[in-house]
Amino acid sequence: MNVHAGTPHADLIDGRKVADARHDDRDMGTPPKTGKPVTLTIDGFEVTVPEGTSVMRASMEAGIQIPRLCATDMVDAFGSCRLCMVEIEGRRGTPASCTTPVAPGMVVHTQTGKVQKLRKGVMELYISDHPLDCLTCSANGDCELQTQAGAVGLRDVRYTAPQAPVLANHFSARDTSGEANPLYKAKDSSNPYFTYDPAKCIVCSRCVRACEEVQGTFALTIEGRGFDSRVSPGAAFDDFLSSDCVSCGACVQACPTATLQEKSVIEKGTPTRSVVTTCAYCGVGCSFKAELNGDELVRMVPYKDGKANRGHSCVKGRFAYGYASHKDRILSPMIRDRIDEPWREVSWKEALTFAANRMRGIQEAYGPKSIGVITSSRCTNEETFLVQKLARAVFGNNNTDTCARVCHSPTGYGLGQTFGTSAGTQDFDSVEKTDVVIVIGANPTDGHPVFGSRLKKRLRQGAKLIVIDPRRIDLVRSAHVEASHHLALRPGTNVAVVTALAHVIVTERLYDEAFIRDRCNWDEFQDYAEFVAEERHSPETTQFLTGVPAEELRAAARLFATGGNGAIYYGLGVTEHSQGSTTVMAIANLAMLTGNIGREGVGVNPLRGQNNVQGSCDMGSFPHELPGYRHVKLPEVRAIFEKAWGVTIDPEPGLRIPNMLDAAVDGTFRGLYCQGEDILQSDPDTKHVAAGLAAMDCVIVHDLFLNETANYAHVFLPGSSFLEKDGTFTNAERRINRVRKVMAPKNGYADWEITQMLANAMGAEWSYEHPSEIMAEIAATTPSFANVTYELLEQKGSVQWPCNDANPDGTPLMHVEGFVRGKGRFILTEYVATDEKTGPRFPLLLTTGRILSQYNVGAQTRRTDNVIWHDADRLEVHPHDAEQRGIKEGDWVKLASRSGETTLKAKITDRVSPGVVYTTFHHPDTQANVITTDYSDWATNCPEYKVTAVQVSPSNGPTDWQEDYAAQATRSRRILPAAE
Amino acid sequence: MSPEKMVYMANQIATFFKSQRGSDQAERIAAHLKDFWEPRMREQLIAHVETGGAGLDATVIEAARRL
Ligand code: SF4
Ligand code: SF4
Ligand code: SF4
Ligand code: FES
Repeated sequence: MNVHAGTPHADLIDGRKVADARHDDRDMGTPPKTGKPVTLTIDGFEVTVPEGTSVMRASMEAGIQIPRLCATDMVDAFGSCRLCMVEIEGRRGTPASCTTPVAPGMVVHTQTGKVQKLRKGVMELYISDHPLDCLTCSANGDCELQTQAGAVGLRDVRYTAPQAPVLANHFSARDTSGEANPLYKAKDSSNPYFTYDPAKCIVCSRCVRACEEVQGTFALTIEGRGFDSRVSPGAAFDDFLSSDCVSCGACVQACPTATLQEKSVIEKGTPTRSVVTTCAYCGVGCSFKAELNGDELVRMVPYKDGKANRGHSCVKGRFAYGYASHKDRILSPMIRDRIDEPWREVSWKEALTFAANRMRGIQEAYGPKSIGVITSSRCTNEETFLVQKLARAVFGNNNTDTCARVCHSPTGYGLGQTFGTSAGTQDFDSVEKTDVVIVIGANPTDGHPVFGSRLKKRLRQGAKLIVIDPRRIDLVRSAHVEASHHLALRPGTNVAVVTALAHVIVTERLYDEAFIRDRCNWDEFQDYAEFVAEERHSPETTQFLTGVPAEELRAAARLFATGGNGAIYYGLGVTEHSQGSTTVMAIANLAMLTGNIGREGVGVNPLRGQNNVQGSCDMGSFPHELPGYRHVKLPEVRAIFEKAWGVTIDPEPGLRIPNMLDAAVDGTFRGLYCQGEDILQSDPDTKHVAAGLAAMDCVIVHDLFLNETANYAHVFLPGSSFLEKDGTFTNAERRINRVRKVMAPKNGYADWEITQMLANAMGAEWSYEHPSEIMAEIAATTPSFANVTYELLEQKGSVQWPCNDANPDGTPLMHVEGFVRGKGRFILTEYVATDEKTGPRFPLLLTTGRILSQYNVGAQTRRTDNVIWHDADRLEVHPHDAEQRGIKEGDWVKLASRSGETTLKAKITDRVSPGVVYTTFHHPDTQANVITTDYSDWATNCPEYKVTAVQVSPSNGPTDWQEDYAAQATRSRRILPAAE
Repeated sequence: MSPEKMVYMANQIATFFKSQRGSDQAERIAAHLKDFWEPRMREQLIAHVETGGAGLDATVIEAARRL
């Protein structure tokens, strides 16, 4: 037999169905390598693997499993347990197969009498210090110690741990005379999701290495030496919860025993079946195996073949799924005539008829453009496609928008104008080839944790980092990672800073002339170069308004231009400004200027907030674009959909969310179908949103929970969770990942079915029976999806669009040969100060963000044990500003802006600069958006969340508005008992 | 939408296009408005221009005439 091994694993086993290979997630012992092919012989079988591969992995490729304990393919081999020893012809001794690399012509024997005997001896030592309670252990059947004891043929244990005079084991709390065992440590259950039981630890250090190498948090250490050594989170007095642990679960995944074990497994038993699906939280789009007993979800385990996460996860996707079965979830449709009435539970038919009649009634009275939809970036592509189709084909207008309006709409505009397409240019793997990274207005370790870990890994290997952010995010300095430059700019001055970087690169002639001549319009470049070279854009001039010292900025510019492959990652700190679109263009300019587009390790990468922001934008959620970013004004594009749908499509753009609310207050927009979004909490200027919603005659909220928007709704359609439906999500790398139905929808229907029922109640005749049919319609109408089918996704696991005849396998990197629009376009980026200015009444600048354990408006994560890390939003205030105002840690403070005021508790920290305050927006009782203004991006109306002039003062507790709001929300959530 | 907000948004767009090279700024503003502003918003803008266009940047007024 000759097995040609390499990556990806799915391709390497001849004759095996690819679909089977997809589920082949055996632990190969050590990580894969990518060197030249090397052929060796193992137990008589010839095997060819990449250079650098361990003998252990090569042997696994050949189908021969070598016993092992301290090795796992998540982390580099360490060689401590000695269980994996083998004999190699021509070499002395019994080398450890996990740390021995293959060599050409090597002849390996894995099962000689000598190694078998030695392995038994090793195993005996382990077992003698292990509580042999296998039958009642939570890992029974899923324990590598158990398996390996079987594999080495262990039949008896000759050693017994001494009982007296000194007890020498780690698993007995007391010795036979009742004395406490000093070596024993009690179980640590402080983490809400997993336990640490030191009595079962075999000190293989897999957990420590996973925390270091995979997660990059360095929370664990091995404390003590030799027989005394134990795993310890943080310092001696720490438990898991108080340590630096961020609960990513990598150590739990790595642990071969029940020492680190999910509480859900302890409670529910080991799972018996699994389904591969995609996380529904952030735009990283991690693949998971949902592991179940019957239809009870036992745990979510990161999937090794997931191309976005490569087997890693964060606390949200790994553990925070409990919201799907939370008691607050609404499972029956409800209606009411007026929003001051209690809800009435009704049948689906009654709810849909009520909704359809109201919506049609509004259109009859106020015209076809008086109603609209909001699609969800949390729902699948197929669901989003149907919701925008509902507006375009059934309502007969383009009044469709999505929550990307409030996050990445400037990315669409800015990258569309410069490169010709609205998407990140790279895959996440690209970061492994990066030499210099700019992170601007993003906080990956909190917002996009798995990408954050991959980035940190690259930084530990020596890549350089430039952080541009008003706040000292974790990446600026954390375990084994330090930014070369932190440009702590004043909120609202992004354009000035990025243009100043370009100034340095142009005036010091550090730009990539060959790239620009080849790939961009040279005349436009010359205009641009002349513009940025003006003295007013120099760091020496702009430092007075940006607060970034000129020398620091110059050094950062030189590093980015000359340090090798340069990649830019950005987030909402770029887009959520009145110059959001301009900053995106400035970033695109910078990438073109330095030739950092079109290959691995470079590029412009928007980090998307919600799981399917990319997909919801791709699917035509915006009011001016049909699916695939094609303007509704183009007759040839409309013709495609008119033919497919048998309707006439309005050639005029529809209303964006803020415009819908304005039109509602004006009385011309009166009905809204809002799927999976909570605009009352997530959109700026809450009072204005509330006024808009209150003015409408029919608000249909389709969600898991009675969210804040539902307080203003007339119809509530219960939604299904991501575990309960089929579909696809598209992550920030344009990767289309399958979402698979793990259990039946608790509410009775998947969301796409509910939209279809609403459409049909309004007279459409849709008859989709499965989301794959919706994907077929997307592919037939949208060139960048032309070859996407569920079969292809089954086969490949995932693909990155464009996926069509020109790119049948999808497109990991964009703009390789040329830009989508032809020549890359440099655009002048004049800095314009926001009109949201500080002054004597509002002297501080508020900026907002998110933290690791919570997600968006918190509707999901607040309904999980993640609240242990974040039970309320807090206002970060610099010690200097706090002292001036007499504010101490934990005090209630009033936060006031021109729009409104709210109260929350203060956290004093120098993470924020003096003059800047910061908060998250995960909790509805804080209502951070009461404070934010309705200033917005000039091109897209994306709200200016990241800059609000505020004042902070001591306070006694919630404001009147908060109390009134809470009372109104409680009133609005009343549900009448169902009629008999 | 309140007239102040509309005037503000239109002027923001003008500020961007006026910072670009060329002599067709009004044309480009008009194109942007056609592409992104729903007809109701454009009508409101046109009506505002017809009643004097208070507060509007001169280029926006020129652009509105091309709508
Ligand atoms: S859960 Fe993650 S962060 Fe916490 S100790 Fe384990 S690997 Fe480290
Ligand atoms: S906790 Fe688990 S992974 Fe860590 S050293 Fe102990 S047995 Fe190994
Ligand atoms: S929240 Fe994001 S990083 Fe965390 S598991 Fe889900 S997709 Fe991955
Ligand atoms: S598995 Fe190789 S030394 Fe432990």
